[in-house]
Order: sequence, then C-alpha cells, then structure tokens
Amino acid sequence: MATMTSGATGPRRVPSLIAAALRSEYLVLFLCALLFAGLAPFTPGLASTDNFLNLLGNLAPLLVVALGQTLVLIVGGIDLSVTSTIALTSVVGALVMNRDTGWLAGSPLAAPVAVVAMLGLGGLIGAGNGLAVTKLHMPPFMVTLTAMMFLSGFAIWLTQSKNVGNLPAAFTVLGSRPALALPIAASSAGLVHLLLERSLFGRWLRAVGFNARTAHVSGVPVDAVIIAAYIASGLLAAAASVLYTGRLETGSPVLGQRILLDVIGATVIGGTSLFGGKGRVLWTLFGVLFLTLLDNALNLLGLSHFTIMMVKGGVILLAALLDTARTRWLAA
Amino acid sequence: MSPLLQFESVGKSFLGVEVLKAVSFDVGPGRVVGLVGENGAGKSTLMNLLGGNLRPDAGSMRFQGASYAPRHPRDARLAGIGFVHQELNLFPDLDLAENLFLADFPTRGPLIRRWELHGRAAALLQRVGLGLPPTTPVGRLSTGERQLLEIARALSFDAQLIILDEPTTSLSVPERERLFALVRQLRAEGRSLIYISHTLGEVLALADDVVVLRDGTVVGQGTAREFDPVRLVSLMVGRELKQLFPKPQSNGQADGTPWLEVRGLGQPGVVQDISFTLRRGEVLGISGLMGSGRTELARILFGLDPHATGTVTLAGKPLTGPPKERIRHGLALLTESRRDDGLCLEASVADNVALVTLGRHARSPLRLLSIAGLREALAKVRAAVRLQPRLTDQQPVQTLSGGNQQKVVLAKWLLAEPRVLLLDEPTRGIDVGAKAEIYQLIHELADRGAGVLVISSELEELTGLCDRLLVLNRGRITGEFSRDAFDSSAILRAALPT
Repeated sequence: MATMTSGATGPRRVPSLIAAALRSEYLVLFLCALLFAGLAPFTPGLASTDNFLNLLGNLAPLLVVALGQTLVLIVGGIDLSVTSTIALTSVVGALVMNRDTGWLAGSPLAAPVAVVAMLGLGGLIGAGNGLAVTKLHMPPFMVTLTAMMFLSGFAIWLTQSKNVGNLPAAFTVLGSRPALALPIAASSAGLVHLLLERSLFGRWLRAVGFNARTAHVSGVPVDAVIIAAYIASGLLAAAASVLYTGRLETGSPVLGQRILLDVIGATVIGGTSLFGGKGRVLWTLFGVLFLTLLDNALNLLGLSHFTIMMVKGGVILLAALLDTARTRWLAA
Repeated sequence: MSPLLQFESVGKSFLGVEVLKAVSFDVGPGRVVGLVGENGAGKSTLMNLLGGNLRPDAGSMRFQGASYAPRHPRDARLAGIGFVHQELNLFPDLDLAENLFLADFPTRGPLIRRWELHGRAAALLQRVGLGLPPTTPVGRLSTGERQLLEIARALSFDAQLIILDEPTTSLSVPERERLFALVRQLRAEGRSLIYISHTLGEVLALADDVVVLRDGTVVGQGTAREFDPVRLVSLMVGRELKQLFPKPQSNGQADGTPWLEVRGLGQPGVVQDISFTLRRGEVLGISGLMGSGRTELARILFGLDPHATGTVTLAGKPLTGPPKERIRHGLALLTESRRDDGLCLEASVADNVALVTLGRHARSPLRLLSIAGLREALAKVRAAVRLQPRLTDQQPVQTLSGGNQQKVVLAKWLLAEPRVLLLDEPTRGIDVGAKAEIYQLIHELADRGAGVLVISSELEELTGLCDRLLVLNRGRITGEFSRDAFDSSAILRAALPT
C-alpha cells in the first residue's frame, strides 16, 4: 500500500491513493478501466459480448506488431518500417496462395508456404534494417523511414495497386477466427515476455539499450543483439500481417498504413522508453488495450475518421503529459 | 570585515532522510575555503542549495550582507556566484565565445553583436590564460582547458564567489599548476572560492580555511594551518584510518609465471614499441600524464582500439579480436569513466553485476537464465567487494555513490574470475574510505594469483599500491621502477615531456 514517508516534501503533496496509482505498473490498465467506465453509459454497445470479441480481434494483430516495436525501442532503436512490412508481406503471401493466379494456386501447401514466405520476408527486412543500423552505422530513424517508403512503394508496384483476393480458407481462418487469432497473439506475447524477462537475450537487449558502450566492454555481442531485435520486429510484423490479411481475406498493398501511430503510440503509452533500456510486454499490452478501446469507443459513438484521429492524437499527448508529470511528482 | 557568504543552520532532507543538519560556516572575502568530506557527506547538496537547484528546508543563507534565497540557477548568477562543475556543463559543438555568453549574448535588437562577442570573449580567455581563438569549438579542448573556460564564464558576470567542484581529477600536472596559479590570482583580485576536492594535499596547499563535512554536519572547521592530512581523514571518516594502502607482503602466488606479455605494441600517433610482462600475482603500475597514451594502451590491450604492430599474449595464448574474445581468455578492463562505458547507470545493481557472466547462467532452449544461480553469484560477490548491505540489489546504480559504483564495476569483473585485470583510474572521484577498500581488494586479487595493471594519475596511489611501475611518455615507456627504487621525482622526470 501507499505509505508515503512522513517527511515527504515537495511543492505539492500527492494524495496517497493517486500516488500509488501513479507509481503502479498498472497505471495504464487503470486508465483503461476509467475510460471504459466513463464511456460505457454513453456508448451504445460498448459493453456487449459482440463488441468484446470485436475488440479482441482488433487488439490481437496490433499487439503482435507492438511486441516487435517494444524490442526495438528497448535496444534504443525505432522501427518505422513495420507498417510497410505488413503491407508487403500481405501482398507477397497473397500472390503465393490466391486461388486464381497464385504461384501455388490450388495446392494444399499454398497456405503454409505463404505463411512461411511472409515470415521469412519479414525476418529478411528486419535483418536488412539491423545490418544497416549496425554495420553501416546509420541512424535507425533514417534506415527504417526509407525502408518504409521503399517497401510501401514496392508492395504497390508489385500488385499494380490492386488488392489480391480469393485466398484459401485454410489461411483466412488464422486471422478471422478469434479462437485462432487470439492464441497466436497470446503465445507471441508470452514468448516475447519470456525472452525479455528471463533470457540472456532479454538482458543483453536492455544492457545495449541502456549503454551500448558498457555492453561492448562487458563482452556483449552488441551488433548481433541489435540485428536480432530488428529481425524479431520484422518477424512479428509479418505475423501480424498474417492476422490482418486473414481478417480482411485479401492481400492489400496499403494494409496497415494507418497504424504506425497506434503501434508506436501504444508502446510508448505503455511506458517503454524512446531512449532505450526500459520496456515490458505487460506495459505494451496495456498500451495496446488502451488505444484499441479508445478507437472502438469513438467508432461506436459514430465519430468521423478525422474526429477520431484528433481525439486519439490528443489522448496520446495527454498520456505522454501524465507520464512526464508522474516522473516529476514522484521524484525526490 | 563581514563575510561574503554565510550558511546559517542550513538543513535539507530527502524523503525523511536528513542530508544536511544545521550546517553553519562563513566564507570570507578574498578567501579560498576548502570543503572536504566523503561522498555522501552532503557537499553536493550544499552546493545545489547555493546554486538554486534545491531549496533548504531549514536555516538560511546570506550573501554580501543580504539574505540570499535563490529559486533558480539564474539567481545564483545574478547574485555573482559561479560554478565550475565536476561534470562540465559545456556545449561541445558550440565555440568558446558562444559557450561563454550563452546566457547573455551581447545583442542589437534580435541580432548578436559578433565583434563585441568575440572581443569580450578574447579578453576573458586571456585572463584565465587560455590563449585560443574564441571561435574554437569546445569539443577540441582538453578537460583542463574546459575548466579554465568555465572559470572564464564565471568571470564574464564578475562572480565574487566561484565554486570549484573536484577540479583536478582529470588534469595533467602542468594543467593542475596552471589552475592553482589562476586560483591564487582570483584570490588576489579579492574574489572568494570554495574548493571541493578529495585530494587533501591540494586542499591544504591551496585553501586559507577548511570545512569538513561528515553525514551532513560540519565536524571541523578552521584555518588550513590547523589541519594536516591525517587529521582531515580521521575527521572525514569519523574513525582513525590506520592505513590507506595494505602492507606489501610476500605473495605466495607470485611465482614469476608471465600472465600478460606485450611485445613491440604500436599504433601510429598513439603508442610506440610497448613491451612489458605482467606476472602472476603482480601489481604493475602505469604512470603518465594525460595524453601519454596510458588509457589508449589499456583500450588496445582489451581490443577496443586497433594496433598496427606487436603482439599480446595471455598465459601464452595470443589475444586477438573484440573484448568478448579477450574476456574468455581471462582479461578484464575497468574503464576510466564509469558513466561512459563502465556501467548501465539506469539499470539495477544486480543487472550491472551480472552483465559479463550472464552466459554462464543461461540454459538452452531459449537460453533462459537461472535466477537462483544469478542471485547466488551476486550474493557471493557483494560480500567480496564489501558493497554496503543497505544497498538493495534492485537499486539503479545511478543512485549509488562513486565508491559503490566502482565496487559494482569491480564485482562485475570478479565474477568472471579474470587472470589479468586492467584497472584504468580505479579510484577516480571516490572517497578515502572506499579507496582503501579498493586497494585492499586489488591486493587480495593479486594474492589469489591475478595479475593487476593499474593506470593512475595519482603517483601516491601507484607507489603505495604497486610492486613495479612503468612510466609512459608520449606513447613510449620511458622508465621502469621496482618497488624498492620508487622515487617520486625520478618518476615525474620520466613522465614529463623533454
């Protein structure tokens, strides 16, 4: 419980319950509950079972991408290319397996081969990003920004800006059926959590994010760790693409174009630091839940896309403000 | 004459812990006051109160006869108090003139008057003996020159009181002399200085008055003549510190086996023709001025920097490749700067200590770590380096004092059980008590058969600690002394450029 020391000083005394909430790892989860409780009475259908399923369906792929972003942010980088990775792997997967002109059209192996190709391509893109950051010493922001532009253009060129539909059912169930999509997302989260909290890789990742020079002197294979983080981000973006593409039942060259803000916003709202070192899967889960819930409620309220964007931008800013404020209040 | 600055029963607490308790002392006009105390004694907090970064909970300050209660660093500047910080507050990419006048550029309307800026900057640089054009980027200055620049900045607003916080930790001997001359000159102009340092000999030589802080209280004050190093140390630590350096003793492990053999090592412009052998159980010192190549030598040996010629072997096996390869062969490096490449400051004690040896606790698949194994290793090494028990394993190391931070770095390497340790400035910026403990630790390591290479700018430290001493001068070994032939003046002569 919050037992503020009697000698606690400062310009303002924060009441102990609020202080405890602010200090808690679960702050963003509390905010989700507040948001839900505050909006439910005014928002028709927010608390319905159908909507919960819908909410979880939206949450699963976003969480998977955000997991990768968490790893890259912890190592002190940023991956802006995830949305284009989603788009490109989506169309490449679709081109492999669609039942009209696909490379493996009609073959029972079409769906598994497509999934492997998507994941492989995602990993490859990540490896390219990682190599450029480590071996060519380029800033992650520039590397992944240009990768985003290139891959996005490439995806559109590849399909001549058309969607590729008619995908095998064996593939689309992965994304469209919550009973499959949710376990995929949950097991990805579980695996990343295990890696981060309990594995050698997780410790090395944090050490490099906190201070790459110290890590190097201490014998940590710094470059390999950074490259691994980007590969993981590419793989997870491709996995998210499997879910998104399945849900849409179409390979789309503009898939995921609008979610970059959500991915980075959710990760940072959760508490992962943009300066490296700090971040947890649980935090990212809460951040993703928060943004998904907000999006969902605003949609149900019947607001236009533009209004939703404005409100979301404002809320992300408020969350960032709260984070700064709590650091200041709780300092000393 | 009334004092320039008075502390009157100043108190400050953080989260209920009293860091300063009724601190009272005066700084007279035209006096140099030496402020000494162990890390954590409250010196920094006191200076933060003076600088307007913190506000006192109790008591008050008076400056130039008036009540002084700064609420912002700007207030200190306006009152005429200048700070020369331990972590220098300069902008490396801006030039000298811009750094000097950052807070009040001479302007006409919205534009900076460049001629006036450069003229005034040149005059100030002249006064502190820094003969460089005002357009030199600060990034090109040595630490000593940066310090002079900070003093020039204080003079730019005609500071009557200048605070020097650990000014000599990284200065070469000539830079030190230049600084001391400047301090005396400023005093002659009627300004006062507060001089904070762990190097007690300097404090006694330079200061008119001395104030000793311990645990947030003033435990001794008076004119410098009333003190000697022994009395200062016992006041600072609150007990008789019998011996700073452990007694040299016959070492059972020193059987003459060569551990680290360096032959003809060279890198153009850095070091040339370096050859020496570090034996099992030996503590070998390397003395040299800043820029003599001593830190660069350690970095080359550890694989952080390249070398063009020569070979390095450890226990007969050639050392090549990046640090992780050399660590595997039993080499360890405590770097010159804990903050830059010794620690992950925001990470916990536990995570920092474990960093080098994490791989030993990882099991496939997924290389998951054995938490029990990590905890056991941490507990063992905490005892070995005598890390204070009140510090928790999960505490971020940035909240630790310099001495404890250094113990964390040492602990990290001890877990790797190295055969050879390279220690670059192992006691920089840490207090006397922790220093003695680290010296003890170095001897224990040697007793257990490690070879230890100690690089230090404090000659007293090297002569007290080492079995043998090499002198580096402009990248070459210019002298070798064994313990029975240690002669400070001869060593200095070998180190000074001719």
